Amino acid sequence: MIEKNIQIAAYVFASILFILSLGGLSSQQSAKRGVYYGIIGMIIAILATVLGEEVKGGYIYIVAAIGVASVIGIILARKVEMTSMPQLVAILHSFVGLAAVLVGFGSYLDQHESLPGDPEGPVKHIIHLVEVYLGVFIGAITFTGSIVAWGKLEGKIRSKPLLYPGRHVVNILLVIACIVMGVLFTMQDGTNGMLYLYIMTGIACFIGIMLVMAIGGADMPVVVSMLNSYSGWAAAAAGFMLGNDLLIVTGALVGSSGAILSIIMCKAMNRSFFSVILGGFGEGSSAGSATEMEGEVTSINHEEVADLLKEAKSIVIVPGYGMAVAKAQYPIYDMVQTLRKSGKNVRFAIHPVAGRLPGHMNVLLAEANVPYDIVLEMDEINEDMPDTNVVMVIGANDVVNPGAQDDPSSPIYGMPVIEAWKAEEVIVMKRSMSAGYAGVENPLFYKSNTDMLYGDAKDSVEKILNYLKN
Amino acid sequence: MKVGIPSEIFPNELRVAATPKTVKRLQKQGFEVYIQRHAGAKANFSDKEFEDAGAKLVGTAAEIYGQCDIVLKVKEPAMTEVDLMHEGLVLLSYLWPAQNPALLQKLAEKKVNAIAMDAIPRISRAQKMDVLSSMANIAGYRAVIEGSYHFGRFLNGQITAAGKVEPAKVLVIGAGVAGLAAIGAANSLGAIVRAFDTRKEVAEQIESMGAQFLTVNINEDGATASGYSKEMSKEFIEAEMKLFLEQATEVDIIITTAQIPGKSAPKLILDYHVAAMKPGSVIVDLAASSGGNCVLTKDGEVFTTDNGVTIVGKLNQLPNQASQLYGNNLCHLLDDMGKAEKFNINMEDAVVSRAMVTYNGKINWPPQPLPVTAAKSNATANVTTEDPKVTEQKNAKKQAASMLIRLLVIGGLLGILGQFAPSEFMQHFTVFVLSVFVGWQVIWNVSHSLHTPLMAVTNAISGIIVVGGLVQIGSMANASDNLPITILASVAILVASINIVGGFVVTHRMLKMFKK
Repeated sequence: MIEKNIQIAAYVFASILFILSLGGLSSQQSAKRGVYYGIIGMIIAILATVLGEEVKGGYIYIVAAIGVASVIGIILARKVEMTSMPQLVAILHSFVGLAAVLVGFGSYLDQHESLPGDPEGPVKHIIHLVEVYLGVFIGAITFTGSIVAWGKLEGKIRSKPLLYPGRHVVNILLVIACIVMGVLFTMQDGTNGMLYLYIMTGIACFIGIMLVMAIGGADMPVVVSMLNSYSGWAAAAAGFMLGNDLLIVTGALVGSSGAILSIIMCKAMNRSFFSVILGGFGEGSSAGSATEMEGEVTSINHEEVADLLKEAKSIVIVPGYGMAVAKAQYPIYDMVQTLRKSGKNVRFAIHPVAGRLPGHMNVLLAEANVPYDIVLEMDEINEDMPDTNVVMVIGANDVVNPGAQDDPSSPIYGMPVIEAWKAEEVIVMKRSMSAGYAGVENPLFYKSNTDMLYGDAKDSVEKILNYLKN
Repeated sequence: MKVGIPSEIFPNELRVAATPKTVKRLQKQGFEVYIQRHAGAKANFSDKEFEDAGAKLVGTAAEIYGQCDIVLKVKEPAMTEVDLMHEGLVLLSYLWPAQNPALLQKLAEKKVNAIAMDAIPRISRAQKMDVLSSMANIAGYRAVIEGSYHFGRFLNGQITAAGKVEPAKVLVIGAGVAGLAAIGAANSLGAIVRAFDTRKEVAEQIESMGAQFLTVNINEDGATASGYSKEMSKEFIEAEMKLFLEQATEVDIIITTAQIPGKSAPKLILDYHVAAMKPGSVIVDLAASSGGNCVLTKDGEVFTTDNGVTIVGKLNQLPNQASQLYGNNLCHLLDDMGKAEKFNINMEDAVVSRAMVTYNGKINWPPQPLPVTAAKSNATANVTTEDPKVTEQKNAKKQAASMLIRLLVIGGLLGILGQFAPSEFMQHFTVFVLSVFVGWQVIWNVSHSLHTPLMAVTNAISGIIVVGGLVQIGSMANASDNLPITILASVAILVASINIVGGFVVTHRMLKMFKK
């Protein structure tokens, strides 16, 4: 048993470690240290809680639950492929949401804390109930929203946005219903408000489902970061209901982290946060703006690509989700190595929203051993584009669309893009001529310095590699 | 369909209309390729290379003209060659239709469908088949190389142990494709390059290639709708001559590229200009074949004047390189005309209809004018831009005002909250708000490339919610006291712990992969 003050000190220490852990991610070198800070912080927090005055028993349950969970967690984390990281992240979010709901219910059932003699008693009671209610509400949305996001990323649910007329009205009505339930809930004594809590949980679960169902595949990075943020706020709400500062601090850190990621993603797509959340991108807006494409699409074969690469001095590769789908990162790295050995400057250009998760492309390239110092961000590489001989666009589309800069009628007008067309020669590797996730025609394909190489990205890169080696 | 390439019979013509590379390309387009023996000899392409590329060798030009559907040539055909052609033959060649009316007449009589490669209109779509540009590019480059050879000094400035070398000064007159190529080549050799052109719109192009744009103080633009320049007024020419005289005394190499389509080249460098130049200076006249921009130029000759100025009127054509580019231009045109399978002559097409100078026995020259110019419309220049500083200040004021309002609102809300909420809640709330700010500051510093690990690690630490479950389950001395809470809390601990362990392990796994 440790004293209350020691426990608080331990919590403060754990909070510091968590902050350092996140701060460590500012560079690749310090990131690994950051993870250890996080692990130590977590161990301290759990030990301080278990050894604290509040925990008087139930050790068997605790040890059993943590033991089983550790096994599951390790298996999950070991087995997951880097291409399916978004799914793992989404499912982990749903766990936090579920835990927040459970803790909320538990906290409601377990109301022995409010003392009858306290003059602030009634106010405290109401505030506690509001905290429980909010925590369960956020937790439930996070829980079902993340499950739907997981389903969409895994391909179990179709990624096309599910839109029905009047959905905004329905959503608003549902939120109002929740508020009404909340008022009724806080007026009940003891655990009599359970029914309202149940109904609200049901409604919140439904809102979570519909919220994510309405969002298209290309907006997934925003949704996943948003759910990341929600899971943090859920933890913070749990902290309020339990009066636990550690939970509040950690929840706030995670919540703001997710919020920042959402903002970064939205900026990278030049869309407001609300337009993403309300869903329905590319409906209607693209209908009237079918700008006539000038020029024609020319194709190229693998041997000619290899010849172009042999002659080029500076090469930039723009990967997109198509690369992840085809698992082409390994042959791409082989190709990059071959090219670099012959003295060529080969770099990668990563758009912030490439992939289905913020930073997804970086992880995939890192998995294939691509050194991170040749992987550059959009802003770093754009100014070098005019001096680049060959740009290879592999499975990316909207992030290299020149229409975003010069066609005001384009639905993605104003979105920052990688200026691939400024290079001498652009090779676009694609499975077919279909439009990208945003459903927008890409004028890049019609430019005279662009050639298309159709086919599976992995096959194509392997064939090019063969020609390069001979 | 059969495509034939005869040898060029004109002795000074070193190029050939196909190379082994373009032969491969033609076959890919579906053509059978026939080439006359030794056709590529002067451009250093051997018969064996052509054979290896898949072309069939043919002994005489007569077989080519008699049996092929399409004939590719460089120099306009001689009358004797036209005699060999069969009716309906498609000929792709330089023809200079404005200068060769008799040839056109003869081609039309033989019902040869002749495309003059030099008459391809200069529109963006046709750039890939514009032989004038591709050949001018070579000429511009070569002009600098040969000028530098005859000049006999470094072009770049150097400071060596043996002393200092001044950089050479090069003046390029006419900034068309050849002029720009010459500017680029001279600039990359290290010379100080100046360029003159009557068209104001090319100033930007000249400066982008690294030369200084020279101009006269007379407001007259030489640009025409066809993209070529026109002849200028008398005052303009006088001012121009004065400028050239000043320059002639200073510069070491003058490269002239001024040509007006269908006319003899304008005389820009007169005898007194040459007389003013320093001994050892060089004039390279790219317009030598159409009369020369310099009055003293002798076509096909290199000679030195009495005051020691070398005037170059003859350039190596770089036949190997030139054939390759010319051959590519031809391939692009055939590509545009539908390749072998769907080959057709579409007189509706803007490019084909203008370049097809004889069609079905009729002469189709001169063609309809096609306006193109790179000049931007004047309207765009009139857009008034607000002074950026003023806007900045306005924005800053606006921001300050909105920030003040926001702070007041937030302060008010916090005041109301403090009025009613118990002190314990306010303590927690303080912690919460400060943590949000700390989080906000810390996360903005996270590198973009580490966003996925960031999400995984925040996943792990948001598993801290496990503490809630721990407290609940531990609050009862005996777990069976309150079964629902025990179950709820156990499940909460379970899922939260999966998060903690899974999140940390997967983050660690990812970060291990990031290598320099």
